[in-house]
Amino acid sequence: MSRVSGATSAPPRFTPRKGFSEWFDRNLKWIFTTPAVLFVALLIAFPIGYTVYLSLTNAQGSVTRPSDFVGLDNYVYWLTDTERFWPAVGRTAYFTLMALGLELVFGLAIAMLLRKTFRGQGFVRVLILLPLVATPVAVGMMWLLIFEPSIGFANTVMGWLNLPDQGWLSDKDQALNTVIFIDVWQWTPMIVLIALAGLSTLSDEPDEAARVDGANAWQRFRHITLPLLIPTLGAAAILRAIDALKTFDILYATKGRGGGSSHEVETLNILAYGESFEYSQYGSASALLMLFFMLIVIVLATLAILRKKGTRV
Amino acid sequence: MMTGLAACSAGGGGESAEEVDSLTIIAANSPWTEGIKPLAKQYEEETGIKVNIEAYGNEQLNDTFKVKLNASSADFDIMAYQVQDVMREFSRNGWLEDMTEYVESDDDWNWSDFQQSARDAVTLDDVVYGVPVMTERHIVYYRSDLLEAAGIDVPVTLDDLEAAAAELNDPANGFYGIAMRGQRVPAVTQFSSFLYSFGGDFQDDEGNATIDSKEAIEAYEFYGNLLAEYGPPGSTNMGWIEASAIFAQGNAAFYLDADSQAYTFLDPTKSAVVDTVDYASFPEGPAGSLPYNIVPQTVGINAFSEKKDAAWDFIEWVTNQENTTSLLADATVPVARESAWEDETATASFPAGLVEIVRNIGASSVGHDRPQLEQVARSREFVGGPIITAIEGGDVAASAKDANAQFQDLLDSENR
Repeated sequence: MSRVSGATSAPPRFTPRKGFSEWFDRNLKWIFTTPAVLFVALLIAFPIGYTVYLSLTNAQGSVTRPSDFVGLDNYVYWLTDTERFWPAVGRTAYFTLMALGLELVFGLAIAMLLRKTFRGQGFVRVLILLPLVATPVAVGMMWLLIFEPSIGFANTVMGWLNLPDQGWLSDKDQALNTVIFIDVWQWTPMIVLIALAGLSTLSDEPDEAARVDGANAWQRFRHITLPLLIPTLGAAAILRAIDALKTFDILYATKGRGGGSSHEVETLNILAYGESFEYSQYGSASALLMLFFMLIVIVLATLAILRKKGTRV
Repeated sequence: MMTGLAACSAGGGGESAEEVDSLTIIAANSPWTEGIKPLAKQYEEETGIKVNIEAYGNEQLNDTFKVKLNASSADFDIMAYQVQDVMREFSRNGWLEDMTEYVESDDDWNWSDFQQSARDAVTLDDVVYGVPVMTERHIVYYRSDLLEAAGIDVPVTLDDLEAAAAELNDPANGFYGIAMRGQRVPAVTQFSSFLYSFGGDFQDDEGNATIDSKEAIEAYEFYGNLLAEYGPPGSTNMGWIEASAIFAQGNAAFYLDADSQAYTFLDPTKSAVVDTVDYASFPEGPAGSLPYNIVPQTVGINAFSEKKDAAWDFIEWVTNQENTTSLLADATVPVARESAWEDETATASFPAGLVEIVRNIGASSVGHDRPQLEQVARSREFVGGPIITAIEGGDVAASAKDANAQFQDLLDSENR
C-alpha cells in the first residue's frame, strides 16, 4: 500500500509494465490464439479423441462400467457387417447423391426464374424460402400425415388423378425416395438462396456479348452463366452434401428408430444413433462414428478437389 | 449405511427430508405421471418440498436417462422407468438404488399388498429396484355397436377373432377389421400374447432362444396374416399411437393392445368411439388365453441422487394405499395394489368390463412381454423380423430360423 502511494510519480513504476508489454508483444501470436486453441482442444479434439478411445474398447451399458481394450475388433465388425452397415452406407450415398443432385437442378432452375425482377417478386421469394425456416422435425411430422396411406392428402391427390394409392413412407420400397422428396422440398430453397446471390454478382457483359454474337437463351445459360456460377454452386454443393450425409431429423421423425421396420431408410447416422442410444453399445457405436467421420472427410476432400478443378476451367 | 437410511426414513419424514426443499422426477408420459401431478402439489403443501415432474415419450425417456446417468448426474432423484426395457442394464450399470430395505421398512405401507407378479417384475436377483406403479394387460378393444349389428359374438378364441375381423373388414370404405402394431420393434410386445397363446415363448427355461419353434412360427403367421388381410394399409409403419388412432377415429372393428390405453378411447376430444368401445379378454389360442400381464411403470431412485431418503419419503407417500386408490379412482391409473382393485368405489370410474378382466386375469397370464436379457432393444430387432416377413407374406419359417440364430448369438454374447 505504502509503495503505491509513495510511487505516484516515480518512473520505476512503469518498468514492470513495460516488461509485460514487451513480453506481450513478443508472444502476441500465442496469446491471441490460445483461447481458440483451448476451445478447439476442449470442445473438438477431446470428444474426437475420446470417441477414438471408446471405439477401441467394448464399452457397453455405461461408459463408467469396466470395459476391455479390443483393438480394431469393432471396425472389423462393421466392415464385415453386410446386414446393417453396408446397406446403410449404400443408403447414405444414394440419399446424398439423389437429394443433392435434385436440389442443385431445381435450386438453379428456380434461381434463374427469380433472377429477373417482376411484380410480387418479394412475396414469391419469401414463399419459396419458407420450407427452409421450418423445423425439420415438424416438417417430418407434416409429411408423415400427408403421406399417410389411408387418410393422407397424397393419396387423395392420386385419387383425383385416377392413379392407384401408394404406400409412400410406409412402403419399404418407396420410403427412401419419399424421404428424398421431403429433403428436396426442404433444402432446395437453400440452393436457390446461394445461387441467387451468385447470379447477382455476375456482370452482364459476357452475356450481352454472347447475345450480340447470336447465342440463344440455352447457349447463353450453358456456356456463359453456368461456368461463371460453378464456384458458387460448388460451395453450395459442399455445404449441402455435408448436411445431407448427416441427415437425421427428417428420417427419424418419419420412420423412427432403425429407419423403419425393414431398415428401409437407415443411414449411417440413424444406425449409429441406434447403436449408442438404443443398444448402449458405446464401443461399436464409436467405431461406426469414426468410420462415418472418415467417409465425410473423404467426400469433402473429393468435392473440394473437384471444385478446384472446376474453378480452373 | 442402507439400514441407517431406511430406518431414518421409516421414522416418518426423517431428518434428511427437512433439509431438502425440492425433488425432481423424470418419468414417461403415462396416466400415472398425469395422475400424480395434483398429488405432487398436495405433497408440497403438506411438507414444503417442491416436486418437479419432467415427462418424456418412452424412447426419449431412455435417452434422457442414458445421457444423464452416463454422466453420473444427481440433478434428478426419482426415476419412473420401464423395468423390462432397462432394469437389467441400468442395475448392472450401477444406476438404480437398491430399494429392498426401503420397501420392507414400513409394515403399514405394506409391500405385500402389491400384486405378486408386480413385485416379481421389479425384483432382480433378490434385489428390489423400484415400486411398481402401473400394471398392464393385453386386451381386446372392440366396437360393441358393430358386433351387435352384425350379430357377431364377442370373440372367445383367436379363430373367432379372425372370422369377426374378416366379416367386418371393408377396406373399400376405409374401414378395417383390425388395428394392431405392425412396426418391427414396437410390435414385439403385442405379438407376445399371441406367441404364448399358441404355446410358444421367446426363450425356454434355460434362457435359450425359441422363436423358430413350430408354435412360434404359427403365431408369427397368424399375427402377420391378421394385419395383412384385415388390417389398415401401411401397418408395418404403425406403433400404438398410429394403430390406436385408427380405432379411435372409428375406422377399425378391433384393436388389440395394452389396457392402459383405455383412457385414449374414453376422451371425447380424441375419440369417436367413447360410447361404442367395449373390452374383452385376450382370446384363446391352441394353448389357451395367455396374455402378457406386466408392469410398464416402476418408480426407483437414482443411485447418484443426494436426496435418496427424501426421494423414498415421497415414493412411499405417493404409493401408499390411500393415494394409490385415489389414482385408480380419479385418474384411472391401472395400479398394482390389490386392495385398490378390491375397492368397489375406487373401481367405479373404470369401465366395468375392464375391471372384470383385471380381477380375473390371475394365473392365466405371463409376466413378460419381451425377451428377458440385458440387450432387450437389440433382441426386439431380431424377434420382430419374422412379424414383418409375415405381414409382407414372405417365408416366415426361414425368417424365424435366421432371427432365432441371431437372437441366440446375442444371448450367448451376454452370458460369456
